Amino acid sequence: MNTDGNILTIRGVETYYGKIVALRGVDVDVKKGEIVTLIGANGAGKSTLMMTICGNPRARAGQIVFDGQDITQAPTHEIIRMGVAQSPEGRRIFGRMTVLENLQMGAQLVSDDHFEEDLRRVYELFPRLKERAGQRGGTLSGGEQQMLAIARALMSRPKLLLLDEPSLGLAPLIVKQIFEIIQELNANQGLTVFLVEQNAFHALKLAHRGYVMVNGNITMSGTGAELLKRDEVRAAYLEGGAH
Amino acid sequence: MASTTSQPNIIADSIKDALIAAFLAAVLGFFFFALRTDIGPGGLDLTYRWGLWFTAAAIVFAVRLLLNLFIFKAANPITRGIKLSAPEGVTSVVGRGLGPVLLALAACLPFLLMWLFPNRDRQYIDLAILIMTYVMLGWGLNVVVGLAGLLDLGYVAFYAVGAYSFALLAQHLNIGFWTALPLAGVLAACWGIILGYPVLRLRGDYLAIVTLAFGEIIRVVLLNWYDFTGGPDGISGIPKPSFFGLEFNRSGGFAEFFGIDYDSIHRFVYLYYIIFALALITNFVTLRLRKLPIGRAWEALREDEIACRSLGINTTNTKLTAFSIGAMFAGFAGSFFATRQGFISPESFTFLESAIILAIVVLGGLGSQVGVVIASVVMIGGIEVLRNLNWLKDIFGPDFEPTQYRMLIFGLAMVMIMVWKPRGIISSRNPSAVYKEKKKISSDMVAQGEGH
Repeated sequence: MNTDGNILTIRGVETYYGKIVALRGVDVDVKKGEIVTLIGANGAGKSTLMMTICGNPRARAGQIVFDGQDITQAPTHEIIRMGVAQSPEGRRIFGRMTVLENLQMGAQLVSDDHFEEDLRRVYELFPRLKERAGQRGGTLSGGEQQMLAIARALMSRPKLLLLDEPSLGLAPLIVKQIFEIIQELNANQGLTVFLVEQNAFHALKLAHRGYVMVNGNITMSGTGAELLKRDEVRAAYLEGGAH
Repeated sequence: MASTTSQPNIIADSIKDALIAAFLAAVLGFFFFALRTDIGPGGLDLTYRWGLWFTAAAIVFAVRLLLNLFIFKAANPITRGIKLSAPEGVTSVVGRGLGPVLLALAACLPFLLMWLFPNRDRQYIDLAILIMTYVMLGWGLNVVVGLAGLLDLGYVAFYAVGAYSFALLAQHLNIGFWTALPLAGVLAACWGIILGYPVLRLRGDYLAIVTLAFGEIIRVVLLNWYDFTGGPDGISGIPKPSFFGLEFNRSGGFAEFFGIDYDSIHRFVYLYYIIFALALITNFVTLRLRKLPIGRAWEALREDEIACRSLGINTTNTKLTAFSIGAMFAGFAGSFFATRQGFISPESFTFLESAIILAIVVLGGLGSQVGVVIASVVMIGGIEVLRNLNWLKDIFGPDFEPTQYRMLIFGLAMVMIMVWKPRGIISSRNPSAVYKEKKKISSDMVAQGEGH
């Protein structure tokens, strides 16, 4: 695949936890304005790839290029400063801080001038967060916490949004709502999204393109619709799964 | 189960249980109550105190029986209505209104003490200075432990650096208190960075152990570097602070300049106001920083380090700033300590000091400024009050030695506070940013221990 118009190019990335191999030479392309999803079973290495993009842990081999710059060996905070935002696995919101303070943390890196504007924007996307602005993050419901995690990531005006399992532990209705918001962000604001999901059906329906990861290798790739039709994908991730 | 049929069972069970308890008490207490040895001519004299032994067992029996009947085995325990924690409204009102009241009280405390206790004013003002020093240290450590969540068991090291900085600068370069104060703060902050840089990749328990070691290393170096620090002899003759160049002397000083009669109490009052001002600066800076991005980053770091990194925060630098700012305040407090005492030695900077300061922060409620004040008054003032427990002799007889029970009572009080308020005296957190109206967040809403 050619790399024109790529915002993120991952080539031959290998990541280890000590001596254990987690990624065995992964190639992924994310083009500007796309939603790309990565699906796979537990322990396939999806989250590891997400973390490797952010430089924690760093790739031992291969190359990661973001927006024309090699970020393979860059420290995490500098990668984030270049315009990558991450909504990490398990949400990881700041439980003792209020919703507003959580959002302020997300805007830490960008100038204060457009804070109010960005705040209004995320409150429009997630009206629930506006209602709960003064409430402690830890007292929110799971779905609200996920919304907060995404909103917090959006506050830094990212060029690329990394979402790690936003559907984790949420009711189907909330999952649908969150996926709709992701689609809306992509369609209306042109936000590029790289989505890691176990909920393969929803993710592939939403995404322009998808990758399937097994045991630290990318085994299949294609458009979302294509992958949905593939028998291997259906057998492994969809049959009897979440429809 | 119908209560009528179970009633006799309860009584029988209670008596049986109480008998067992009394028997255990009798067995365990046999050598303590029933036998008494005194040093007599030609060896030990053995006396038997069967009455005392029996009384002790009887008390255990009676109390256990009452507890069984009314609380442990009762269908309607009489303690049911009693809640162990104070009602929600009370604490928040106390938390909000207490700050200004305490501030006003602290501002006129020396004059209040001189007026109320004309004979013992010096002693009480000295105690107030001591408490205020710990308030300042508590506030300084609160930045590190309470806000940034870095458990620092070697905080006293920076206190020592501050004290020795001033003492050595005064001794060798003849520098006065007011010049040395900022230098001591800067030096302590530098040490904070030097010590912090290699260890801040560690977290939680591991960080605590390394900081504990650093605290001890500094003390041991001070103890053994005889040529430079004077070793165990310490450094004496540290100059007193002057009031805009005026010394607190019998002639030609502060009193003469203002045309008032010389009184040695002036210096104590002046020292009190110095530490009061230093503590207020600490508090003010901390409260300001909390509202700035760096302060928010500290708090976020305490909550979740990985999330912080994924938001692009340089966690190493954030930790280092917390560490060095905390150290700087300890440096200020240290040089004040040196000038107040006029003499310092490594003995003043043992691990116990670190532990007391940490206890103040934890008892007060991590991150709470007013909590630190209350905890300091309780901890430091409490220890001092317990030194003067002679009135207990009236109750327990002349043989009773109250000072022996000082630490026991003190420990009990600490346990009580932790049972009553497991997250510290003031555990609610004030949001640093407000959208519409301020809302207090009570810790009761969140499970204990979360976010640490």
